[in-house]
Amino acid sequence: MEKGARQKGKAGGVRPLESVMQLIFFICGFIAIAFVLVITIYLIISGLPAIREIGLVDFLFGQEWASTAKEPKFGILPMILTSVYGTAGAILIGVPIGFLMAVFLSKVAPRRVAAVVRPVVDLLAGIPSIVYGLVGLMVLVPFIRETFNTAAGESLLAAIVVLAVMILPSIISVSETALNAVPKEYEEASLALGATDIETYFRISAPAAKSGIAAAVVLGVGRAIGEAMAIMMVAGNVANMPDLLTSVRFLTTGIAVELAYSSGLQRQALFSIGLVLFLFIMCINVILNVFLKRDKEG
Amino acid sequence: MKLNKILALGASLALSAALLAGCAPAASDPTDTPSNTQTQQPADPTEAPISGTVNTDGSTSMADVMAAFQESFEVIQPDVTVNYSGTGSGSGITNVLNGTVDIGLASRALTDEEKAEGAVENIVALDGVAVVINPANTVTSLTVEQIAQIYNGTITNWSELGGADAPIAVIGRDAASGTRGAFEEIVGVEDQCVYTNEYESTGEVIGSVAGNPNAIGYASLSAVDDSVVAVEVNGVAPSEATVADGTYEIQRPFVMVTKEGTELSPAAQVFLDWAMSADAADEIEAAGCVSPNA
Repeated sequence: MEKGARQKGKAGGVRPLESVMQLIFFICGFIAIAFVLVITIYLIISGLPAIREIGLVDFLFGQEWASTAKEPKFGILPMILTSVYGTAGAILIGVPIGFLMAVFLSKVAPRRVAAVVRPVVDLLAGIPSIVYGLVGLMVLVPFIRETFNTAAGESLLAAIVVLAVMILPSIISVSETALNAVPKEYEEASLALGATDIETYFRISAPAAKSGIAAAVVLGVGRAIGEAMAIMMVAGNVANMPDLLTSVRFLTTGIAVELAYSSGLQRQALFSIGLVLFLFIMCINVILNVFLKRDKEG
Repeated sequence: MKLNKILALGASLALSAALLAGCAPAASDPTDTPSNTQTQQPADPTEAPISGTVNTDGSTSMADVMAAFQESFEVIQPDVTVNYSGTGSGSGITNVLNGTVDIGLASRALTDEEKAEGAVENIVALDGVAVVINPANTVTSLTVEQIAQIYNGTITNWSELGGADAPIAVIGRDAASGTRGAFEEIVGVEDQCVYTNEYESTGEVIGSVAGNPNAIGYASLSAVDDSVVAVEVNGVAPSEATVADGTYEIQRPFVMVTKEGTELSPAAQVFLDWAMSADAADEIEAAGCVSPNA
């Protein structure tokens, strides 16, 4: 049948349809690229004027953000540092837990247990970020307030914990895939030489999967630095220099909190924050691609 | 088989055609509306005495009031279209002075300089800003000065105000908020506030105060609900009555700004007259404000 169709196609009028479809595919493919290009160009065009007006050094390294004051100040260093610290904190908590969880799922857990735990982890990935924020606000924030006897529990610490939980699923699933891909022979050889199971997992399997695990970490960084909704609810949103127990403002929340009613230079400066955030995420993506490529080659 | 393939191709083409067609009406919509008004306009002079467009521009805080006005005025004068764009009180005043809009909207009293430039103040509504605390807090009354000291960081513990020994969590709105602008200006703490937390909406401020026994926040009087307590300011509890008679101090006027010596279009004049009359009191109340003309 297939052959007949092809022959008829050659003789009949399928060719023009083929090229039409090819054109449609090309257009669809181009649309995705076009979106990236348009967003990039738009961000650069709308982000640069404010940076030019404020001055790159004052903008990036200014320690004060007072966008509507009589003498407005547009320093985003507090936000940059908060985003960096917050992400680093989330990685510090999330990666060890996520990695051990991946080892557990991939190597240690009995098949039946893993079959239950894995969908639960996937479910964790599917929970909308606002729900993480809500739980953080209802549970974590009062807990921090009472434990440390501060005025309000909204703080960098709360944001870090929420982010750590949020990045867990991606770290777990990417690390697990990498661990599963380690050739059985490596582990069998290690066991045959007298190493225990646990020694094998950490000395043989994990090093063999290291670029995959590194990719998981970078993916976690990307997710943490781009999150806005959840941390807006638990971080307090005041542009202080970051401290574990004070209210802080991330790059993402810096845009989200003020955008609605902003105007003039303030609005332009928010776009400039977007540009800075965009460059951060671009860098992270490049790093991620390097790791993934190495993973494929290695 | 060949038929099937052609059918499938036909179907996908039809789908993409439908998608494209789906775009078309949306694109032509904007052109539809003007043509509608055009068809209405010839009928206007015979049916209703007044028609036209009133362009208003200014305070974002007045969005609720303006939305209520637009809805009701559409019924009263079906041929008058009231446009509103929220650009901020300052730009509303500037625009009416430049003549680019009919009526400017400001959520504060006009300054002497603005009046000198020819801006005329028409107060259509009064908006009280309530200072709210958690119901568990034993403090019930504050002076404006105490509130200022809390917000500029001079007072940091509730015990200094006769409350429990607990740090004060100072909650406020984001920098672009009209309520924040009004509160800071009335209390006299512009650009001096030391906030513990900032939120992008009144609802979040109320929620945060409701969930934290140490918190103090501010919100439009209409937004205050049972989850928080509005404190007495200088011994006066905020209510519509105390805002209207001026005894509650933390309040601001909603002003429709016109330009002296410039005659309003008939439509704009009718709209302004209606907004300033007792007839608009229900709309003002529905928007959570108090009418000074009721």
